[in-house]
Amino acid sequence: MTAQSWKRLGALIALLMVAAMVLVACGGGSDSTPTAAGGDGATSTAIGEASTSAPAGSPTGTGGSTSNGGAHSDLQANLTGSGASFPDPLYQRWIEEYKSVAPGVTINYQSVGSGQGKNDFISGVTDFGGTDAYMTDEELAEAPDTLHIPTVLGAVTVTYNLPGVDDLRFSGPTLAGIFLGQITTWNDPAIAADNPGVELPDQPITVVYRSDGSGTTAIFTDYLSKVSEEWASQVGSGTAVQWPVGIGAEKNPGVTAAVQQTPGAIGYVELIYALANDLPAPAIKNAAGNYVTPSLESVSEAAAGFLADLPDDLRVSITNPPEGENAYPIAGFTWILVRGQYDDEAKARALTEFLYWALTEGDGYAEELHYAPLPDPVKELAIQKLEQITVGGTPVFTSPAQ
Amino acid sequence: MIATGQPVSRSHRLRRRLRHGDVPFRLLAATFAFVVVALLVAIVGVAWDGSAAAREAFGLRFLTRTAWNPVAGEFGALPAIYGTIVSSAIALLLAAPPGIMIGIFLSDLSPARLRGPLSLMVELLAAIPSVVYGMWGIFVFIPFFRGAIAEPVSRALGDTVPFLAGPVTVGRGLLVAGIILAIMILPTIAAVSRDVLSVVPTHQREALLALGATRWEVIRHALLPYARAGIVGGMMLGLGRALGETMAATMVIGNTPRIDPSLFQPATTAASLIASQLPTTNTELHSSALVYLALVLFLITLLANSIARLLVWRVAGAAGGRR
Repeated sequence: MTAQSWKRLGALIALLMVAAMVLVACGGGSDSTPTAAGGDGATSTAIGEASTSAPAGSPTGTGGSTSNGGAHSDLQANLTGSGASFPDPLYQRWIEEYKSVAPGVTINYQSVGSGQGKNDFISGVTDFGGTDAYMTDEELAEAPDTLHIPTVLGAVTVTYNLPGVDDLRFSGPTLAGIFLGQITTWNDPAIAADNPGVELPDQPITVVYRSDGSGTTAIFTDYLSKVSEEWASQVGSGTAVQWPVGIGAEKNPGVTAAVQQTPGAIGYVELIYALANDLPAPAIKNAAGNYVTPSLESVSEAAAGFLADLPDDLRVSITNPPEGENAYPIAGFTWILVRGQYDDEAKARALTEFLYWALTEGDGYAEELHYAPLPDPVKELAIQKLEQITVGGTPVFTSPAQ
Repeated sequence: MIATGQPVSRSHRLRRRLRHGDVPFRLLAATFAFVVVALLVAIVGVAWDGSAAAREAFGLRFLTRTAWNPVAGEFGALPAIYGTIVSSAIALLLAAPPGIMIGIFLSDLSPARLRGPLSLMVELLAAIPSVVYGMWGIFVFIPFFRGAIAEPVSRALGDTVPFLAGPVTVGRGLLVAGIILAIMILPTIAAVSRDVLSVVPTHQREALLALGATRWEVIRHALLPYARAGIVGGMMLGLGRALGETMAATMVIGNTPRIDPSLFQPATTAASLIASQLPTTNTELHSSALVYLALVLFLITLLANSIARLLVWRVAGAAGGRR
C-alpha cells in the first residue's frame, strides 16, 4: 500500500471510532432511565467497609438492637427505585449504610421527582417508588396493589428578607393573604396583629415561589388551602399552581437567592434547606393557636397530631394538624411506594428488610441530615404495612418485635 | 503493489474502491444523514403522540389561551410563546450589531498578533456552559442591573412607557433574560461573521481599494454584501440557540406564565416552562400540555429557520447579482 492509502485507511478508522463513540453515547443515554441496575462493583467494596461503618449507626438508632443483622447478611438482590428528590440525600445515606448490614443487597434510587417516580412505579419499571405526594385515587386505580410506606417527614418554612426586622411570626390567613396578593405591604394590620410590638416598615412585599413543580409547593399550597377558603377556591393545591402574584425561582437555592437579594421579599423553602443554610425560620400559628417555630420535634408532633384521623392506607396530608400544642402546621410525609405482591422472593425480602432497617435504625441518619423522624405509632403502622407484602401468597416479612 | 500497465478487472476495481474507503465511507455518511431524518421523525412522532390529551382538550386554542393553571387543568401556550419570542428577539437585537462588528474587526481590522488571542477569547465565551451564565446572571448581573439600570429607568420612564413600567422588585424578567441570552449568542454571531468575512476573496477588497475607497467603504461595499448570506446564517444560528435556551433563561426570567407589557416584569419561555414542570406533573393533562408546548416550540424554531433560509436565499441572490 502507498502512504496515501494508509492515511486514508487511518482516516476511515478514525471516522468509525467516532461513529462508535456516538452510538455508545446514545446507548448510554437510553440506559440512564430508572431501569438501570446498580453496579455490582459497589457491593464488593462494601464488604470491606462493613466492620468499620457498622457501629456508626447504632448509637443514634432508636429502635431495638442490630440483633437481626443475621437476617440481612444472607440477602441477595438488586433493587431499583426512583422518585422524590426531597428525601434523596437521606435515602442515599440509608442505602450506603445498609450495604454494611446486608452486603448482598444493591439498591439504586434515582431522584427523578415524585411525579416521574410514581409513573415509573405504576408502569412497573422500578421495584419501589418514592413520592412526596401520595397517589391519587385515579393513580391507585392503575396500580391497585400499591402500599404507601411513610419514611420521614418534611416541612416547609417561610423565609423573608426585611432589613432590621427579625423574628416575625405569621398566622395561616396572613400567609394566604400575602401569597394571594391582598396583603401588599409589610406594615399591613394583619402582619402587625401577628407581631405585636414589632415596628414594621412601609415596604412593598415581593412574593417568590418555586417555579419548578415540587412537593414543597404541594405541602405549602395544601396548607394555604386548609387555612383560607379563598385560597382553596381561587388557587388550590398541587406541585405547581397558578400563582396570583409574585415571581418564580428554580428550586430551593433559586428561591433563597431571590429572597436574599430583594428587600421586602417573602418565599418558602424546605425546612432541611433552611436549617442547613441557617436561614431564619419564622414561627407559624397552628390550629391550637400557638406560634411554633419549625424544628424536627415540632414537625414530628404534626404527624402525631393526625394519629386519630390516620387512614388505613396511610395516605394523608398532615398540614394544619387539628391537635398538638407544639405541632408545626406546614409539614408532610414522604412515602416509599411498594407492591403488595412481588414475584421475586429475594427482592421482596431485601426490600422489606431494608425498609424495616431504615424505619427502626435509620433515625440517627435522618436527624443528622435534618429530616424529622416518624412518631413511633406511625412507625408501627408502617411496619405493619411491610408485613402485608407477599410472594405467592406467603408474607415475606415478620417484624422481629412481635 | 499492482502493476499499473495491466487492464483493471471489475472485482479489482471494487476491491480498490473498498480499500480506499470510498464505498464504506459513502455508506456510513448516508446512514448518518438518514439517522438524522429518522430522529426528527421520531421526535415529532413522540411529541405528537404525547400531546394527544392536550390537543384534544384545547385544540388550536392552546396557542391563544393565557391561563396556565395545573390545578384547574387550564393550559394555554401564549405567555410561553410570547416570552420565548420576545426574549430571543431582544437577544438578537442586542447581539447582532456587536457580533458582526467583532467579526469585521477580527477578519479585517485587527493587528495580526491580536487576532489569535481575540478569536480564542470569543470562542471561549461560546464554550461557557449556560448554567454558568445563569449563575452569573443571578449573582452578579441582576443585582447590578436592578440597582443601576432597571430601578432608575422604571422610576423615570415607567409611568409614560409601558414597556419600562415598574415595580422592579427581584430584578428577574424578560429584559434581563434577553440580555443574558444576547451575551450567550454573541460569540456564535461573531465567530460565524469572522469566518465568512475572512473568506471574502482578496480581489474584492483590492478592486475597491484600487478605486480609491477608504477602509470603511471597502467594508461597507465589498465585504458586507459578499458575506451577507453567511452573516444572516450566523444570526439565525444564534437565534436558534436563544429560542431553545433552557437553563440560563429559567434562572433569570422569573418563570411566571403571564404576559406583562413591561420588560422588567417576570415572564417565562417555552423551554424553561417545560424543563421546570415536566418532571413533577401530577395529571396526564398537565404533562400532555407541556409536550404540546414542546411541539409548539419546535414549530417556532422551524418557522425561524425557514424565515432565515428565505432571507439567506434572497440575500444570496441579491449579492450574487451584484458580484
